[in-house]
Amino acid sequence: MYTLSVYFECMLARVTVVPLTLLGLLEREPSHGYELKRDYDNYFGGGRQLPFGQVYSTLSRLARDGKVSGGDTEPGAGPARKRYAITELGASEVDEWLREPADPEPYLQSVLFTKVVLALMLDRPADSYLAAQRASHLNRMRELTEIKRTTSSLMDALQADHALFHLEADLRWIDVTSARLEALAEMVHAR
Amino acid sequence: MTSFSLRRDPGPDGCLVEVKNLYKSFGATPALVDASLSVRGGEVLAVMGPSGSGKSTLLHCMAGIFTPDKGEVWFDGQRLDQLSDTGRTQLRRSAFGFVFQFGQLVPELTVSDNIALPLLLNRVSRKAAYARAEAWLARLGLDGLGERRTGELSGGQAQRVALARALVGQPKVLFADEPTGSLDTLTGEMVMELMTAVTREEGSTVVLVTHDARVAAYADREVMVRDGRVIDRSGAQVEVGR
Ligand SMILES: Nc1ncnc2c1ncn2[C@@H]1O[C@H](COP(=O)(O)OP(=O)(O)O)[C@@H](O)[C@H]1O
Ligand SMILES: [Mg+2]
Repeated sequence: MYTLSVYFECMLARVTVVPLTLLGLLEREPSHGYELKRDYDNYFGGGRQLPFGQVYSTLSRLARDGKVSGGDTEPGAGPARKRYAITELGASEVDEWLREPADPEPYLQSVLFTKVVLALMLDRPADSYLAAQRASHLNRMRELTEIKRTTSSLMDALQADHALFHLEADLRWIDVTSARLEALAEMVHAR
Repeated sequence: MTSFSLRRDPGPDGCLVEVKNLYKSFGATPALVDASLSVRGGEVLAVMGPSGSGKSTLLHCMAGIFTPDKGEVWFDGQRLDQLSDTGRTQLRRSAFGFVFQFGQLVPELTVSDNIALPLLLNRVSRKAAYARAEAWLARLGLDGLGERRTGELSGGQAQRVALARALVGQPKVLFADEPTGSLDTLTGEMVMELMTAVTREEGSTVVLVTHDARVAAYADREVMVRDGRVIDRSGAQVEVGR
């Protein structure tokens, strides 16, 4: 039951992260769909490519919701020739997403990584985002520890333990990344 | 000076221990660089950070074991760093308890002797001291181990004895430096569980140094030490009013 819900959360994370990531990439400068796909695959794909179809369906949904404007169609061309720009609504959504710590659930690594790289790309304070994420993780770990201390069910305690070990792994990654932010920023800006 | 003259309520802001703008170097190595931190009475505070970041040095300064090169150390409305050596030693004995990672028990003495020792040093009668030691044995699940030599204990038992010895004098502050550092996960959890349960019952304040997030999760709050500075949860350096 628990494992299943984690699985769905992962799927959900991928579904919500792609549009926000594309928005973040657009915040640097207006871009064509193929440029967005190239940068997405390059920085965030982790070996997996984002299908063109998903890029364009995501962009058209973002356009429908007023988060990007898809003007500048070059004559005689399909969606690949459209240049997209972020709107104010889109920019404020990116800002809010970067600023807010993600819900501390296990298997967050790809979301956290995406947020850190985007924050660096956009010259946001990645270190304070990571600190907020760290605090949020520790709060959740405190709650889980409290569950372990007070529950009479061994099963609940063991499930809490499973989550605790995974959150701890996230936290270690957060600490290592905090310590290496400068080097990562250099790489991101050197593109 | 008696211990009782020191038993004052924490100030209006609720701070029991406060360090302000501490600097401490060992030769050319800066261990603390403008470190500030406040601890409220009754809270369990975790001090986290990578190894070598200055956590132990900070704890030693807060507890009056080290004198900082610069800055202020306050305990219960008093400047700790301005007390004489004797004054500080006396204060440490009466108001503070300590648990470290290793090597704090006297291996040739029995468990009961080790727990009673701080009381005997504070001139409590033998009879009363051993009675209180006995009560702590029961409280920490160490019944029947009073006559053992501490060299014969398991790691978890030894840390529970160390905890009893630290708390037997009813300190206002327990300073614990990596108390679970040499224990396995489950044993470490048991020690943390006991430590937080009994200090809450006693109303003691705890400053817990650990690099382990699972251990820090037993605390009410955490701060990070990085490169000799104390960082709060927003990632900003902690500042305190002068
Ligand atoms: N007694 C000492 N003599 C020399 N250097 C020390 C001493 N104690 C600590 N240091 C140095 O001060 C820095 C901070 O150490 P410490 O406070 O022990 O860190 P932590 O407890 O976070 O691992 C380190 O660089 C360490 O090598
Ligand atoms: Mg240390």
